[in-house]
Amino acid sequence: MKPPQRVLLAHGGGGRLTRQLVEEVFLPALDNPILATLTDAAVLPELPAGRPALTTDAFVVDPPIFAGGDLGYLSICGTVNDLAMVGARPLWLTWALILEEGVDGGLVAACTEGAARAAAEAGVTVVAGDTKVVPRGKGDRLFAVTAGLGVVPPGRILKDDRIRPDDVVIVSGPIGDHGATVMAHRHGLDAPGLVSDCRPLSGLVEALCDSGAAVRALHDPTRGGVVTVCHEVAGRCGLRVRLVEAALPVRPAVAAVCDLLGLEALSLACEGRLLAWIDGSHAELALAAMRAHPDGAGAVVIGRMEQLPAGEPPVLLETAVGGERPLDLLSGHELPRIC
Amino acid sequence: MSDSAQYSDPRALAGLIGQLREVAGGLDHRLTFMEVCGTHTHSVAKAGLRRMMPPSVRLISGPGCPVCVTPVDYLDRALALAALPDTVVCTFGDLMRVPSSTGSLEQARAEGARVEVVYSPRDALELARRRPQSRVVFLAVGFETTAPTIAAAVAEAEADGVTNFLLLPGNKTMPQVMRVLVDDPQLEVHGFLLPGHVSVITGWRMFGFLAEEFGIPGVVTGFMPTDVVQGVLALARQVAQGHATIANQYGRAVTTAGNLQAHRLVERFFEPADSAWRGFGVVPGSGLGLRAAWAHRDASSIRVDLPAPREPAGCRCGEVLRGVVDPPECPLFANGCDPELPVGACMVSSEGTCSAWYRHERWLEAGT
Repeated sequence: MKPPQRVLLAHGGGGRLTRQLVEEVFLPALDNPILATLTDAAVLPELPAGRPALTTDAFVVDPPIFAGGDLGYLSICGTVNDLAMVGARPLWLTWALILEEGVDGGLVAACTEGAARAAAEAGVTVVAGDTKVVPRGKGDRLFAVTAGLGVVPPGRILKDDRIRPDDVVIVSGPIGDHGATVMAHRHGLDAPGLVSDCRPLSGLVEALCDSGAAVRALHDPTRGGVVTVCHEVAGRCGLRVRLVEAALPVRPAVAAVCDLLGLEALSLACEGRLLAWIDGSHAELALAAMRAHPDGAGAVVIGRMEQLPAGEPPVLLETAVGGERPLDLLSGHELPRIC
Repeated sequence: MSDSAQYSDPRALAGLIGQLREVAGGLDHRLTFMEVCGTHTHSVAKAGLRRMMPPSVRLISGPGCPVCVTPVDYLDRALALAALPDTVVCTFGDLMRVPSSTGSLEQARAEGARVEVVYSPRDALELARRRPQSRVVFLAVGFETTAPTIAAAVAEAEADGVTNFLLLPGNKTMPQVMRVLVDDPQLEVHGFLLPGHVSVITGWRMFGFLAEEFGIPGVVTGFMPTDVVQGVLALARQVAQGHATIANQYGRAVTTAGNLQAHRLVERFFEPADSAWRGFGVVPGSGLGLRAAWAHRDASSIRVDLPAPREPAGCRCGEVLRGVVDPPECPLFANGCDPELPVGACMVSSEGTCSAWYRHERWLEAGT
């Protein structure tokens, strides 16, 4: 791979430099026969049996390279995970980059390698792409935009309206790792031990769905974290989510960043965790299947569903000291407190 | 056992609440205790303590949230400074969304004003070093806790000759405003949970006047759940025994005299000044102004055009801050004013009384 030293406007102009970027950076990393045709659109094989699922996503992250991942890796994982959360087996992705004039070519190459690594881990193929370059000052180094196509196998139905009282809520591992890592980077905090949880979850979802446990719904707690997902779920199924603070897996380094910056781990983004709503009587079965998979080794039950009495909060936290606290949605950006 | 586990043990807490129930149950009236520190507001809400209190014990919040007590005209001035050429205004995050007479700093930034969120005054100083051609104004707000770090940044700027680093002084100090508070005949408070963080800096002796002059007990209290309940219990016991003294529950961090090094640093740069508080008006000697020797660091002397200060109509933040009304008694609460689109300052910061109430206590009113 020979990345340019600096990206020029001409790299997005469609001419010789664009072709060079494609041939020397993108193609070698994302190497596959469909992409290599470089036709206007990727012509795909016939879909396997099931219902097709289609998603799109845009990625902006500061810093673009962080402990445990980079913008390219994150963008593929995020897209794969969106498909996996509806039960789809991810198959084909598109990947477009918007680059800022002058951005370090090495950064573009690193993110491309990250994307290729994520695609390999998830067993998906990047079949189409595009590059645009915007003038210096009109963007923030690089943005990625994706689309993802997958297929939900016959008989698999994951929907929030199937959630019942006494269903349990399982999280696949410690929460807030990604959000805390990025926040710490951004604020120049030296936080040893902080690594983003970013990873593709399609393998874990297959293991869980194959376990025989009745899986009602899956969600990845990305923007807004666990609290936001719980609110969305409660809103759709009309039940209450009761979370148990003492059961929440939060790494000490994440808790420390939260304390320092006045944030809550429950509201921090995860990029490689899922929340699973499971029939309460199948909790052990589901936990065993998840823990047997490397991406679900830290799976634990963090709450359960119950009827929502009129006028009561839809998401409730049993605090570690035995109190109860309604969990509200974030308002705008989470802003750190003064003291 | 870790520090945090030791002070969050549910069994220990249940025991303390049992004792509190007993003491409070032996009295023939309700007990109202006030905390005056945003971190107390936050930790009471976070642990769900209000719901665990015996029914006759009421916890209320006073003027302890630095964002909430910052008056409209301070923000008006900050916005005006941000609109000046070659000027960058740096602020703690929670000030961003507080409404001024014309809009918030967040809105002003979206419209092109140069406003940067920083985590410490030192970040603002670093920005001043990186942009020598700009004037960098740090919005110096907060209580005794933030003053030493602000003073340290000024000291560093002086030592290194960073001439483009300025402050808009807005720091406040606790004792004078508490005097105004306890002088208010409308206020019915049986004791104060005194701010642990402030006391780490100041020492706890400075609250002595509450007991000595006004006969109101106070307990310097830490921030973990058992700290808070121990503080409440100690206050209830004093009331039951007819005592009024200032006690120190937070002995693991707070001394009688405080942090002398921090004192000296603050005193080198700041002197007591009259300061305007939202809800209280100007309270003599309740703020920190830059000493004359450092006038070249004082952004309040920069001439700007200011709008006539305009408080939002109907907003009762002032009374909430004085502990006279609970947030739901404000006509705007959850009715046009919420954390998404705050009208009053108390709804902005997560430690603001209205915001904490909205997030954590609103359901108590509705549901039980």
